Formats: sequence, structure tokens, C-alpha cells
Amino acid sequence: MRRSRSLLTAMLFAGVLALSGCHGRAGLNAFEIPQEAALTGQYEITFWAKNDTNKTQTKIYEKAIADFEELYPNIKVNLRLYTDYGKIYNDVITNIATSTTPNVCITYPDHIATYLTGVNQVVPLEGLFADERYGLGGSEIKFDSPSVEEMIPQFLEECEFGGHYYALPYMRSTEACYINKTYVEKLGYALPDVLTWDFIWEVSEAAMEKDEEGNFLVNGQQVMIPFIYKSTDNMMIQMLKQKEAGYSTKEGEILLFNDETKALLQTIAEHAKNGAFSTFKISSYPANFLNAGQCIFAIDSTAGATWMGTNAPLCDISQDKIVKFETEVMPIPQFDTSNPQMISQGPSVCIFNKENPQEVLASWLFTQYLMTNEVQIAYAQTEGYVPVTNKAQETDEYQEYLSRSGEDNKQYYEVKIKATKLLLDNVDHTFVTPVFAGSASLRDAAGQLIENTVKSVRRGQDVGGGYMEKLYSDTVSLYRLDQIGGRGSQMSSEKADLGKLPVTSIILLVCLAGAWGLIALYVLFKVVKNKRNHP
Amino acid sequence: MKKITSLLLALALVFTCAGCGSKGGDTAGNGDADVKSEGVMTYEEYVAAPLESEVVIEAYVQAKQSWWENKATVYTQDKDGAYFVYNMTCSEEDYAKLTPGTKIKVTGFKTEWSGEVEIAEGATFEIEEGNYIAAAQDVTSLLGTDELIKHQNKFVSFKGMTVEAAGQDENGNDVAFLYSWDGSGQDGDDLYFNVSLDGNTYTFTVESYLCDNTTDVYAAVKALNIGDKIDMEGFLYWYEGVNPHITSVTAAK
Repeated sequence: MRRSRSLLTAMLFAGVLALSGCHGRAGLNAFEIPQEAALTGQYEITFWAKNDTNKTQTKIYEKAIADFEELYPNIKVNLRLYTDYGKIYNDVITNIATSTTPNVCITYPDHIATYLTGVNQVVPLEGLFADERYGLGGSEIKFDSPSVEEMIPQFLEECEFGGHYYALPYMRSTEACYINKTYVEKLGYALPDVLTWDFIWEVSEAAMEKDEEGNFLVNGQQVMIPFIYKSTDNMMIQMLKQKEAGYSTKEGEILLFNDETKALLQTIAEHAKNGAFSTFKISSYPANFLNAGQCIFAIDSTAGATWMGTNAPLCDISQDKIVKFETEVMPIPQFDTSNPQMISQGPSVCIFNKENPQEVLASWLFTQYLMTNEVQIAYAQTEGYVPVTNKAQETDEYQEYLSRSGEDNKQYYEVKIKATKLLLDNVDHTFVTPVFAGSASLRDAAGQLIENTVKSVRRGQDVGGGYMEKLYSDTVSLYRLDQIGGRGSQMSSEKADLGKLPVTSIILLVCLAGAWGLIALYVLFKVVKNKRNHP
Repeated sequence: MKKITSLLLALALVFTCAGCGSKGGDTAGNGDADVKSEGVMTYEEYVAAPLESEVVIEAYVQAKQSWWENKATVYTQDKDGAYFVYNMTCSEEDYAKLTPGTKIKVTGFKTEWSGEVEIAEGATFEIEEGNYIAAAQDVTSLLGTDELIKHQNKFVSFKGMTVEAAGQDENGNDVAFLYSWDGSGQDGDDLYFNVSLDGNTYTFTVESYLCDNTTDVYAAVKALNIGDKIDMEGFLYWYEGVNPHITSVTAAK
């Protein structure tokens, strides 16, 4: 049993509000790179890391820490493991309030935007990037750190928002469509060069045909959900991007609730109604259905590739349920085949500010260590991840790894390496959504529109008439999206604008100014009087 | 005074005997616990209801698994069967009222997730008069049979099972339990351990939201040795097959 449903699926805007409520209290001073002799003391830092419930990834983190501590015996790194970004997000918010944030944290840019509503909580990194001694590739670094130029530019840019770099990319992935090619062909279709939404819907509907006993013709089983999507937030975001429809602006204006979204939801509803489409939240992991021959198109992260296919090295279903089929890995379906668009995702690393700048510097050194070839190549091989540096990607070691696709069903598992190559070949076709305080909630809302629509049609409810208007208004309310765009969406490590002064404060200030004015007049009067008396 | 003390002790027993490390027992306050109110399904009717249909049930909270952002997940049971209620709408204040034995009426949709039949996210509930805590039903003999799934989500017991290796540590030595399914986790994560009976091995779990690392059962599983004979209690959860969420482990009697 590998994974269970996250209990922390709702990343509500409450966190943003809670943090923005702290705007008046004193925050940390902005981090400044220590100029004096650095790192002369003992430092203990905490690293909150996310793994994909994958033992190899845990071991890589542990080895990275051990290797780093050998180089820097005066820096101790404590590892805390998570398997869920949402849990990290919630714990960070809780710990900001108590000034107990980790030093280094795996996270998403959307989440960092929320952390930034606290004062100077997250360290802007551009100054550290460029520091001659301790910056990327700096002269004082005791390991082979990549330079800024050796970071993949697109991935690095994803960590820049609000005028600063608030993170370094750690790994990158995208989504892939894992396909039971055997069943596609059995249904009389051939996979196109570029997958389209129309093709998937058509094949999915064809797969719904049953025999007299209620078994699906394509697999002879009682269960068949031809198309399952793991992350419906990504589904909606990518569909809208491909349609060039609104989602949000960089400034945090929300455009999601538009007519194109409605049209997409209606199409999804049409196919969900008879069971041709479902989601992870509603049915379960796409991999479980795919491997049991109960799904034809499973869309999940490339970082989930080791779970996909007949020979998948990781599997949750019992061996007797696994069906033999040929697995194809393709980019997600497109509306415009001449202009493919897919999401760029994956973990990034941010550094939390502390009172002691030397401690922050120690955190920065460890963060850099995660960018070394040793860590990048090892971690990327655990799943369909891509290293975030050219330095790692161009090594013989990594190129050899890619070239050995299919040699075994473990390290060189073909589906995993195909998924990796999918992203390597399509970096220029990837995009990310704008980051602002509340963008994490907007992302959740995008997925919730699909989840609710699918649930409704499965329950026989009518999604016509005023359904979509109500869905929009309920979703806005649930995720408090009507509160985004104000003070909470500011993204800066500087102190927030405190807004208009209260009337009582204004009166007090006026009184103080008046008193000082009267004192000044009195002093002036005395001076003039003295001058007159002593010519 | 003695009467008051006795009453307090009795109440304390009711509140503590279910959940992690509990000894379940039938402490129904009356004999008509399963007489359903108007418009409420019997367990039989619930089982017969198709997936994705609306259901209304009355049952008694046996254990609370989690609460987050006004969503509560609870194990409930009546005298005929059990109902897993996933992420029902629930304020933090109401969640505190859901002590073991509390009777609730739940309205929601029946669904299935990886084999687990449950009342889906978004169900609503109201607290009613009544109290019942189910005794653990011994289902040891049903392991590996098609009969077992009929007891899904019930508070059950397994007797005289043998602890097997759950995996290996860094040095290749067999270990009796793992943090997370493959050992990738840490203290505080779910515990996974294997137990066998008659040559068949089953994977059981201490679900960390249901029983965290401060509970007796969490400590008991961490203290297991391969070859130990143990008795267990827990809830008969399902995930791609039986995946009991264990709440108590003791040496086999």
C-alpha cells in the first residue's frame, strides 16, 4: 500500500489571511550577506523535504546530508520528511506564526507567495546567487556548485516573482499521458503523432461498449474507466492555456470563471456522465486502473512514471490483477497540435530567514549542495524527473542513463525514461501559472470545478441551467477568492503597506504635532524676548 | 458522592475505551439502538444502495480519524454493520462532540475509492440521542476469504497472528515494521507491518491520523519482533484489498 488520500487537500486562503494579519508586528530584519569571516561557529539547520513515498529518494536526501556534513562539519542538517506538499505548506504557515520555520524547505512557488505575506520570512536569493565567495559557483564553496549560467534558465525563471528569486528549482517534471496502446489498437484506433482531446474523448467513448452480461468489450471486465486524470487543477489550467483562455493575471486578477471554462466543464461532464472519465479524487490512482487493464489513458506526473505499466517497479495492486499491455508515454492532449502547451512543475527549494545571518548562509550552502551533480542525477533517476542544471544533464553519467532505457524494469525502466525524455524534449513548450498570494487557492479552485462537475453528473444531477453559475459562486466562496487582490496578494519581503491610519491615531498625531508646535513657538518667543532685552 | 464518582468513572470509560489501544465492548445504552428513524436506511438497505446514490444512515461513532478545515473523517457502526464517513462537513466545535459511542445521522452519497465503500466527502450530519460502542468482532478465520469484505469498516480483531519481516533496514537486516509502506518515512508516519496465519501473510497498518506516534499502539508496533505472536484490534479498512487500520496490539493470549 503506497499512498493514501491526502487529508490536507484544501489549501484555503485562510493561511494567507492569518499571515497578512501579522502585518503590524515586527518581523525579521531583511537578510544581508555577512561580510566578516563567515561560518566560524556551529550551526544546526532543519531541512523539510518532500519525497514521493519512495525509499530511494529518502536515501538520497540522507546521503546528501551526510556528504555535506563531511564537507562542513560545523553544520548539522536535520531532515524532516513529508510525502505531501499540502502538509508542508500547512506546517510552514503554522510555524511562521511561532517563528519556528525550517531553514531549508522543499516547496512550490505558489506556496512561497503565501509565506511572503509574513515580513522578511523568505530570503531573496539573487544577492546570494551573485556573491563571489559563497554564491553559485563561488570561490569559497567546498564542492562543485553550479554557476547561475549552468542552471536551466526556464526552470530558474519559475522561481522569480515579485521582483526577486525566492527559490531554486530542485527537480522538474511535467504531466504525461500513460496509454494502454494495446487497447487503443484493439478498439480500431492508431495513436496520432500528437495526442488531442478529441481523440481521447472519442476512444474513451468507444471503450464504454459492453456485452450482454455487462462486461466491457475491450477488457472483458466489469470495470473500465477509459480516461482518469490525477490532478484536475492541472487539467483545467492546461486546457485553458491551450485555449488561450483566462486563468489569472500576474497581478493576481482572477480570470478563471469565464465562458471557456464553462464550455470545458460541459464537455467533461458529457464524458463523465456515462463513466468514460473520472479523477483520482473520485476513483483512485490512475496507475491502479491502468495496470489492471481498467483504464486506457492515465494522466499523471512524469514523477509518477515508476507506477505505470505492466512491468512497473512500484505497484499497489496485487500481481494477479495486473494485465499485460504495451504502454505508450505521450505528452498530454492538445487543442492546437501545432502549439503544444504543458505545465512545468516539480519541487523547488526556499530558504527561511533567521535572526543569525550566518545560519542563513549555512542554509544557502546546503541548498546549493542539492544542486550538485551527485544529488541532481541520483534524484532525477528515481522518477521521471529532470535535473535542473545543464551541468548535470550534460554529464556522461546522465546521458548514459538515458541511453539505457528499457534495459531492466528498475533503474532503466522504459516508461520512466520515456517520461523523462518527454520533458527534456518539450522544455520550450512548458509554462507555469502566475504566482501571487492566493494563487495556491486559485489552483485548488480550478481543480474543484472539475471535481464537483464530475461528481454531480455521476450522481445524476443536471449540470445545465444555473448549475455553472452556482458552482462558480460556491467555489469563489469556498476558496475565498473574492479576497484575493487586496493586501493579501502583495508579494514582497518588505514590510506591507499598513493602510490608512485609524482616526484615533490621526488625532493623537495631530495633538503631538500641535504640542511640539506650541513648544517651538514658546522657545522662539523666549529667544526673541532675550534678544530684545540684551541688544 | 459514590454515585457521582461511579457515574464519572463510567463516563470516562465510555470516552476512552474506543479508538487507539481500546478494548471494544457493547455498551449500548438501550436495546433498540438500531431502530432507525423515519427516512433512515437500515444497514441492509445501505449495502443494497447503488454507488453514487444518496444515502441516509444512523450510526454510532467508533473512532475519529481526522479533522481539517471543517472536514471530519470517522468510523461509525451500528449493530448490523459499519460505515466509513470520509471528510463530512463538520465544525471543530462539533468534532469535539463526536466522542466514541455518539449517535449521528449522516446524509450523503455512497461511493467507492480503491475498494473502500464509504460515504463521500461533503456529507452532513446531526447528533442524535443514543450511545453504542461495538465489541471487536473476531474475523481471523475470514482472512483470505470473500466473506471478509462483508465486514468492511467494522471494529474487528485478529487473534494469534505471527509477525513477519516487513522489509530490510540499511544493513539488509529484516525488520518488523516500516515507516511508510516502503520504509521511506519517519517516526510519525504510518507504520506498516506484516502478520501471517496459516502460511498467508497480510499487511496491516497503523494509520497515523487515526493513531499517531503518541499512542500505545504506535509504540507497540515499534516494539514488535519478528516471530512475535500477537492479537490485534482495529478497523477493517480497504485499499486495493484488505488494509486494516490497527488500533491495538497485544501479546497473543
